[in-house]
Amino acid sequence: MKIPMTEYLRIDLETEKWECRVCDHVIAPAEGNYKEGLLVHNRNPQEIHPPVIDPKMYRYTFAPDPDWVRILEFCCPKCGTQVETEYAIPGHPPLWDMQVDVPALKAQWAARGPEMLPDAGPVVAPGRAHSH
Amino acid sequence: MKDLNTTGPAPSAEDMKLIKQFLEDTTLFLGPDPEIMQNHDLMERSPDEELAIGQNFDHHMIARIRDRLQSGCDEGYEMVEQMGAAPGAKWGDVITGIYTASGDLALASAGGVLLFSSVVHHPIKFIVKNWMNEPTVGVRDGDGFIHNDSRYGNVHNTDQSMILPIFHEGRLVCWVASTVHEGENGAIEPGGMPSMAESPSDEGLKMSPFKVVENYQIKRDLLTFLQNSVREPKLQLEDMKVKLFACLRIKQRIEETLNTEGPEALVAMLRLTMEDVRTEVKRRLTEWPDMSVQTYIIQDSTLRENCVVKVNCKLTKKGDRLIFDFRGSSPEFTNRATNTILGGLKGMLSQLFLCYIWPDLPRGQAAMAPIEVITDPHSILNCSYDAPNSQSLMSIFTGFTAGQHAVAKFLYSCPEKYTKVHAPTFNMINTFIWGGVSQHGETLGNLCADLNGMGAGATSNRDGEHALAPIFATMADIGEQEVNEEDVPFLQLVSKKMTRDAIAPGKYRGGQGYTMMVATKDSEQWGFMTTAQGAKIPPIQGLFGGYACGTYPLSKVKDVDVYEILQSEPEKFRHSIEEIMNERPFEEASYTTHHMGMGFEISKRGELFMISQGAGAGYGDLLERDPVGVVKDIEEGLISAEVAARLYKVVFDPATLAIDFEATEAAREEERQARIARSMPYAEFVKDWTQPKPPSHLKYFGCWGDDIDTLYMGAPDVTRRADTPKPNYMPHPKDVRIAELEARLANAGIDGGELQ
Repeated sequence: MKIPMTEYLRIDLETEKWECRVCDHVIAPAEGNYKEGLLVHNRNPQEIHPPVIDPKMYRYTFAPDPDWVRILEFCCPKCGTQVETEYAIPGHPPLWDMQVDVPALKAQWAARGPEMLPDAGPVVAPGRAHSH
Repeated sequence: MKDLNTTGPAPSAEDMKLIKQFLEDTTLFLGPDPEIMQNHDLMERSPDEELAIGQNFDHHMIARIRDRLQSGCDEGYEMVEQMGAAPGAKWGDVITGIYTASGDLALASAGGVLLFSSVVHHPIKFIVKNWMNEPTVGVRDGDGFIHNDSRYGNVHNTDQSMILPIFHEGRLVCWVASTVHEGENGAIEPGGMPSMAESPSDEGLKMSPFKVVENYQIKRDLLTFLQNSVREPKLQLEDMKVKLFACLRIKQRIEETLNTEGPEALVAMLRLTMEDVRTEVKRRLTEWPDMSVQTYIIQDSTLRENCVVKVNCKLTKKGDRLIFDFRGSSPEFTNRATNTILGGLKGMLSQLFLCYIWPDLPRGQAAMAPIEVITDPHSILNCSYDAPNSQSLMSIFTGFTAGQHAVAKFLYSCPEKYTKVHAPTFNMINTFIWGGVSQHGETLGNLCADLNGMGAGATSNRDGEHALAPIFATMADIGEQEVNEEDVPFLQLVSKKMTRDAIAPGKYRGGQGYTMMVATKDSEQWGFMTTAQGAKIPPIQGLFGGYACGTYPLSKVKDVDVYEILQSEPEKFRHSIEEIMNERPFEEASYTTHHMGMGFEISKRGELFMISQGAGAGYGDLLERDPVGVVKDIEEGLISAEVAARLYKVVFDPATLAIDFEATEAAREEERQARIARSMPYAEFVKDWTQPKPPSHLKYFGCWGDDIDTLYMGAPDVTRRADTPKPNYMPHPKDVRIAELEARLANAGIDGGELQ
């Protein structure tokens, strides 16, 4: 049984691995940090949150200060789906944000059965070969 | 020294009783009681409750009484909202509730700020413990108690509660209370939430719970004292009366129940409602996966200066236990107002569960009762008695967001959900607090209801709603600005216009915020302040690949009278911050930007103060966003075509906005490949990225990484042990500026010494 844990990640209870829900790529051991199996990009936040007022004229511009905060973008190494973001202080260790008790998860779903799996998930975009 | 040690047998039980009695008899000051203030669980069943529950009332009857009294609370809420004088009352920053005889909140009105009522159990328990048997005070039928000091159980001192005991045939059966965000409280700045407060003594009225009503009459001598202590004496009178009469209406509804169903049925209903909710919460928690989720939210200022203040959160669920571990969050600031008492944080987490996670449960104290909260002593989330906390909302709200962000990761896999999985909603009160003398000669101090216009986070199936409602009151309103303008000497020249490109992108984008431009018109004694963080670092996180919001500054245009310009050259006026600040249409004016912690500042006629509400967070990978939704956002002025095309990789005709779906899909696939190309494997990335200490160019407060035992205090080499309190003073920003300027003088070879 494969348990959807986030919009783009699931845990395969048999193999005990994190997997990408978009391309089925096997990412990392389920008891570990899924981020270790992803790619990371250190994004200047001003590229996402553009200055609304002119940065050449003003100190505060509606764009975050790139010396104060960065966006860590984590994506699947196979399909490039952006799995998670983390607004981080420069140099702060990335978080192990989901530390799953895998035996407990297995026991929980053994009692529930697959018919209880939630149906939420990524919408299949035109031309993209993935489904749930 | 050894001889001085206490040795020998431990004191007997009789000795201990004597010691306890001695200490009680010689207590010189009944300050906030840690036994009451640190506990948010339900009190033990009382003998009266045991007796009542033992009668085994029919569940349908219990439900009927609950519904009836829920309506009574809602009726009281409506009364306060309709009749209250405080601006906060008019838009729903109000609540009413019924508390058990022991003080637990059993029922709260459906509308209003649950947070307010979920901290009032503390002052009621203080009254029960200290005043009930105190011969100089006592608790009798017809009494009413007032309270506002957050250290005895409140969010901040701007909220005032009226608390009434309800008796039946001489027996105390329950309490009712009504709480309103009153605004003015005589603090160092007008409006009740001073960010300039450097100690509790700067925060205005400090009402420990005391009796202000006897025989259902407000005592005139005490009322006059309170009026004399605040800037709005008439408001103080009017709202005390309004709260009293709302409580009396709920009392009337309770008495109707007592007369028809009897006191035992009432007592059983109140107790069973709480116990049933507590049991149901534990059942629902068992449905969550066992795991720990970590997140952190950054406050980027103390409202006096920019710095990095960490709110650290590890949320662990195991079996039917849920534990919020906030250890590692910033130390408290000894002379800054952004600290919160622990009860305020817990109240806001209660709000999270009852408004965003399980809104179907009865609103009361019980939902939060079984949930555990761990903090460091003297930290920004559990501050000491001596630390100011008038701007506690900064820490309460960022604590809430940490919880909201973490909980979403538990909910996704649950088969049964009670709400949609939700990205964080915007969490800052981007509004104007104002004060001075009005066009009618009245002394006023309060704020614009727009603080309630927070953009909502996106959910798993749709975009966040714009400027929807505040995180602390999901059923509140943003009021009628035009009505407010009849009482105050300023206009919102631009109001409710969405701020373009202040976005939170995602597969589902966050709801956006709107622009506010205010200018004083009819008073020479009027000013504004703003109290929000997030001008350098977003105060929320995105979810599942979605982005957080951007940042939101304060812009000022001075040396101008825009009312003159609107009369003589109206074509010069612009309706967005973007245009006014970039085009600078008023030739002689000065244009500046600032963080959102503006201390109270007198404004001249026609000067512009401009801010924007913030966006809720985005959900999911923005490359999965429906291209039609992107173009709709362009059409609605939420995002510029250039930014939309660059971020979302949607290809469209710039003239007609017609979408080329095939080209869009190709551009998005190209971007996915580009992501892979520009990103690094995690292990390789952290080698360069991760540093052992906070960067030296930032004043950083809180733990770094997983070491929650060491708290940094503004520099990489200044720390404290998390469990060992230590003062944490910030220098006055003007002194910092003077030192900078003196250093420049010295560098220029000019002696700026004492004798110069």
